[in-house]
Amino acid sequence: MTVYLSGSKIAKQMTENFPEAVAEASDQAVVVKSESLLEVAQYLKSSPELDFDYLTSITAVDYYEYFELVYQLTSLKHNHSLVLKTRCYGRDKPAVLSVVSLWRGADFQEREIYDLMGIRFNGHPNLNRIVLWQGFEGHPLCKDYL
Amino acid sequence: MALKTEPFVLNIGPVHPSTHGVFRMRTTLDGEVIVDMEPVFGYLHRGIEKLAEERTYTGIIPLTDRLDYLASMSNNLAYCLAVEKLAGVKVPERAEYLRVIMAELQRIASHLIGVGAFMNDCGAFMTPILYMIREREKILDLFEMVSGQRLTYNYMRVGGVSQDIPDEFLPALDKFVRQMPGFLDEYDQLLAENEVLLARSKGVGILPKELAINASASGPVLRASGVKWDIRKADPYSIYDRFEFDIPTGSAGDCYDRYWVRVQEMRQSLRIIKQAMEQIPSGAVRCEVTHLIHPPVGEAYARVEAPKGELGFYLVSDNSIAPYRCHIRAPSLLNLTALRDLVIGWKVADAIIIFGSIDICMGEVDR
Repeated sequence: MTVYLSGSKIAKQMTENFPEAVAEASDQAVVVKSESLLEVAQYLKSSPELDFDYLTSITAVDYYEYFELVYQLTSLKHNHSLVLKTRCYGRDKPAVLSVVSLWRGADFQEREIYDLMGIRFNGHPNLNRIVLWQGFEGHPLCKDYL
Repeated sequence: MALKTEPFVLNIGPVHPSTHGVFRMRTTLDGEVIVDMEPVFGYLHRGIEKLAEERTYTGIIPLTDRLDYLASMSNNLAYCLAVEKLAGVKVPERAEYLRVIMAELQRIASHLIGVGAFMNDCGAFMTPILYMIREREKILDLFEMVSGQRLTYNYMRVGGVSQDIPDEFLPALDKFVRQMPGFLDEYDQLLAENEVLLARSKGVGILPKELAINASASGPVLRASGVKWDIRKADPYSIYDRFEFDIPTGSAGDCYDRYWVRVQEMRQSLRIIKQAMEQIPSGAVRCEVTHLIHPPVGEAYARVEAPKGELGFYLVSDNSIAPYRCHIRAPSLLNLTALRDLVIGWKVADAIIIFGSIDICMGEVDR
């Protein structure tokens, strides 16, 4: 049975290594600051007792004031999972760091988020539209898209 | 003087019998060998995630039918589980059993098409797939009995299933479960040691274990690479913890292993159905849920082991009658992530087989 790790517990562990990284933590998820996303992800992946080798899914939610990116991480070895979140403020060209260098599985999903929500992923090797065509105007999954 | 050569760009698809829908492989060739490949899709994009934000929670179930249209029951199940998690709905026992029976029948139906289409790609044109369709037809008859539909069933509901099974269902299912192993043996006899299949798929398109995990592959594609990971065992949902079954895994991660894992999974599904038929209790098939569900503010991620891999629904509720956000974690899309690595260095004819062995459904890739 998959163990769903508590966000606040992981946040406590993380503050030892990255005192500035955690923005918010609850039982359901841990929210990190967008600038420290990549180093936190790197730590979660390489730390032997966490060992999040499998990126289940990435998605984004538009809350008007900010975009929230939701990373569902799983460790196949320990069979536990964690919800990692980060927030991206501002509607004009929002951007976060790409995690493709850690998990290849992020490739298409980040492209999809860029395509449908307009969030840019810095460091993505091929950030192009994926389901809509080149030249399409706007990003339809944004709440202000009509 | 050396002959001057230059790379040649060949588009395979989007409309091509071997692309299983509208998928395009933009390949760069050196002679007949693929040196680069870019998958292009989106031709079937209907914006289901956006449409879902405008519909009631119950109204989204027919949309999920149209994701992976070869496995509608599994899609229904994943979505209903997500809403139930969000709204805290408890499902009656009998409905849980019916859900498991339908999901496993659906797995067999989907794998039959997966294996049949794979044989088509191998060059055994139409003969094997017609054998497979012959059996799939019986499963569709069963689904028609319970839901009235043969492709998009819209059978499951939040809190159970739409209606109880008719009296003639269980005898017909029993007959199917008794006959099917014989047919699987027949396929094995025809295919498992078939010279053509072995020559064309053994050692072709090897997906190493590390890459499979790193590229978020799931389902038979992941298991063929030797990773023993099945959501039904790893994170049992519904009532899967009550059944005995094995997880078949491959070792080489080549096209043949992906084929082999699918065939073995059909046998395991039959085992589960047999146990479910013995244990199924009588009683209600649906609990009382208001028609306009408005779950409390929050979010939920529910996942199932769909025939093609891990299918997940991520729902965010703002306490209105429609979800604030509905994201679908589509196994077909993520299984394509590693496709480029698989086909590079192989010939065009092999690329067709490698692509076929991943078994995708474009309705789910594009959504």
